[in-house]
Amino acid sequence: MSDKRMTEEDVVGELRDGMTIGIAGWGSRRKPMSIVRAILRSELKGLTIVAYGGPEVGMLCTSGQLTKAVYGFVSLDSIPLEPHFRAARQNGTIEAMELDEGMLQWGLRAAAMRVDFLPCRAGLGSAVRDNNPDLATVTSPYSDDEYLAMPALKLDVALLHANRADARGNAQYLGPDWYFDDLFAMAADRTFVSCERIVEPGDFLKEGPEASIRISRIFTDGVVEAPYGAHFTHCVPDYQRDEQIQKEYADSAKSPEAWADFRAKYIDIPEADYRRVIGVGQ
Amino acid sequence: MSDATLAEICAVACAEAWRGSGEVLASPIGTIPTIGARLAAITFEPDLVYGDGDASQLGAPLPIGAPADAEKVVEAWLPFGNIFDIVWSGKRHVMMGATQIDRFGNQNIACIGPWAKPKAQLLGVRGAPGNTVNHPTSYWVPVHNTRAFVEQVDCASGVGYDRAAAAGPTAQQFHHVHHVVSNKGVFDFETPEHAMRIRSLHPGVTVDEVQELTGFPLVVPADVPTSRLPTDDELRLIREVLDPNGARSAEVPD
Repeated sequence: MSDKRMTEEDVVGELRDGMTIGIAGWGSRRKPMSIVRAILRSELKGLTIVAYGGPEVGMLCTSGQLTKAVYGFVSLDSIPLEPHFRAARQNGTIEAMELDEGMLQWGLRAAAMRVDFLPCRAGLGSAVRDNNPDLATVTSPYSDDEYLAMPALKLDVALLHANRADARGNAQYLGPDWYFDDLFAMAADRTFVSCERIVEPGDFLKEGPEASIRISRIFTDGVVEAPYGAHFTHCVPDYQRDEQIQKEYADSAKSPEAWADFRAKYIDIPEADYRRVIGVGQ
Repeated sequence: MSDATLAEICAVACAEAWRGSGEVLASPIGTIPTIGARLAAITFEPDLVYGDGDASQLGAPLPIGAPADAEKVVEAWLPFGNIFDIVWSGKRHVMMGATQIDRFGNQNIACIGPWAKPKAQLLGVRGAPGNTVNHPTSYWVPVHNTRAFVEQVDCASGVGYDRAAAAGPTAQQFHHVHHVVSNKGVFDFETPEHAMRIRSLHPGVTVDEVQELTGFPLVVPADVPTSRLPTDDELRLIREVLDPNGARSAEVPD
């Protein structure tokens, strides 16, 4: 019986330069931030990040490790525009594939189904076609309809943060929305899940109903126990977003010195210290 | 004589966008559209479906700014995956914001300047490309000026009538840009070439004023109606039930 438990550093050890990495969650909600912080502490580079983007995209832009972002949006929710990501786009330091939110879902779904593309209306007529000249259309074999052929967004690795998981890699979502975490897991060759707490399989139903155990170990390769692992993004019902630290993060885009200060305080430290810094650790 | 504020007139104008929508999901983005959708649902459009902006479909309205743990009537589960399913099904009418909108209803929330290296990166296209070709879309622009109402948008996030026509019948099949509501009036595209037309102007606003604030020629009907005022019952619902803390005036000052 496999025990998939590992640390954030172990996850980073499985990543390689140039990989395409899907980061689940949505905006500034339930992002696997402890793994993202470990990536920032590593030498990894040339990454393509696929996401309904939040602060993980901005951080990896600012660290210079992100070469290309594939996204429907990048936002901090309560702070609508992500300042670090904006700077990277405006300075032209990253490549971008900007998609409709539904197209991104369809790209992950196609990868999960192991097909080259899925047809949809979304994207037709919009600037998404002008900005992504490789996107093709497909004529229906059953009518005269011509759909956009959304290509599969195949991921080398997906990173997820769940509320609970067991050591074998089943994962449980206790908040009202698992976003597209399931699709990210299925679209990836390998998936690593961090979670607030590792529980015994027999305890899942004490935490929430059967339907909340959304992700089967079939689709996961590693589990990291990471209390406050999504912080400062929210991870309801375990905790709300930390708006004060999120604001510190947003303000750190004002100068390289401010970013260096933020990085020194919250990123270039051991994870146990992170919990002390935010005032929840012993 | 009504003592309605401009924000309240705008909320009612937003509500009117959903008149006749029937049993579809109203997805308002912004405070005044949210008041509008909920107002429509509890008055003249009783089958309209609306959520809490998170993952709950509500059976009774919540006031704007209700805390996360407020007691709510949840009549269905609406996580993003379900909302996307509803987009594909067409049973939805969204009211999005628009940093820019042009005469044929193309909308931009993605960036200002060239997309490849924008002067200002904004949100990204979000759901606008899919929304606009799958179901009716309206827009809310709280500050009507020539920076927002432009001859041509920098990045067509939401698809307008000219671009839908150029993209062909599959893009046009379910495409419908319904209303554009601003702090000056209500606009639609009910003209032969689907160019933006004045549908009504809010009380005290003149055609010359709104044309001055618009970066392209508006189609002006022979008779320009005045946007209707909220009824006494609507005013009570807005002030006591839907927005008791007055969040609406932060979006449109009194």
